[in-house]
Amino acid sequence: MTIPSPAPQPGFWAATAMIAAIILASTAGEVLTAAAMKSIGDLDEIRARSGLTGAIRAVFTCPLFFAGVGFLTLAFFSLLFALNHMNLSLVAPASASLTLVTNAIAGKLFLKENVDRRRWAAAVLVCIGVYLLAH
Amino acid sequence: MAHARLTPRQYLILGLVSLCAPLGDTCLSRGMTGLPEITLAHPATLFTAVFTPWIALGIALLIGFFASYLTALSWADLTFVLPATAFGNVIVALFARFFLHETISLERWAGIVLITVGVGFVAHGPSLTVSPSVQPETNADIADMEKEQAR
Repeated sequence: MTIPSPAPQPGFWAATAMIAAIILASTAGEVLTAAAMKSIGDLDEIRARSGLTGAIRAVFTCPLFFAGVGFLTLAFFSLLFALNHMNLSLVAPASASLTLVTNAIAGKLFLKENVDRRRWAAAVLVCIGVYLLAH
Repeated sequence: MAHARLTPRQYLILGLVSLCAPLGDTCLSRGMTGLPEITLAHPATLFTAVFTPWIALGIALLIGFFASYLTALSWADLTFVLPATAFGNVIVALFARFFLHETISLERWAGIVLITVGVGFVAHGPSLTVSPSVQPETNADIADMEKEQAR
């Protein structure tokens, strides 16, 4: 099977807009999903108490979960759209590494997680590492 | 309840989070580059892409990722789980080097080291920090939380 030659690469602002759309939708989705899972509680404990059905019911009856999935779906289609116009070597490192930093900020602001110096350092190191690895 | 140490089962779930995401993304990329250009004028073609083999395999792997990711988020912080996701890139790069005999540039080795150090930083700390929804029940719980915050 031959791979068709890719379309011409988009300009700077179009590429920035596509990557920004992935980052925003993905950060909103991940924060909402994390908030949903925290409100539900430990899934392993729920499964031990009420079985797999109980755990699935606990997830699927949480409105926050569906809000999160909505944004993650938006992020997924933004990623598909971007991959159709840009190389994976640009889209993957840019969106994955920047999402780590936006999620650390959102985790502290909205989820009230204790993002200490160790976690900030980790977010920055992993961010640079992902960029170097996938660029 | 604050988890200072993870159980082997929880490590397994974090391993699935790490592996399924990069493998799924690779399948999606392989599938999308094989399709003709999709424009905003015909967005419905994005939905037909979902039924092509590579995209379908990518989606199956990403469903596996999402199930493990949700489980991990139920007992760990978002800022703890996300670096684990990034560690999957290191596993895939090492797999490419030692099993597929691909060449890894100096830049990529630097990336592998940085991600590993970053994940090590996070993994060394608590997986779950105190949040308003988590109320201590006993004096022992309060003492545990104070110890973890002091680290």
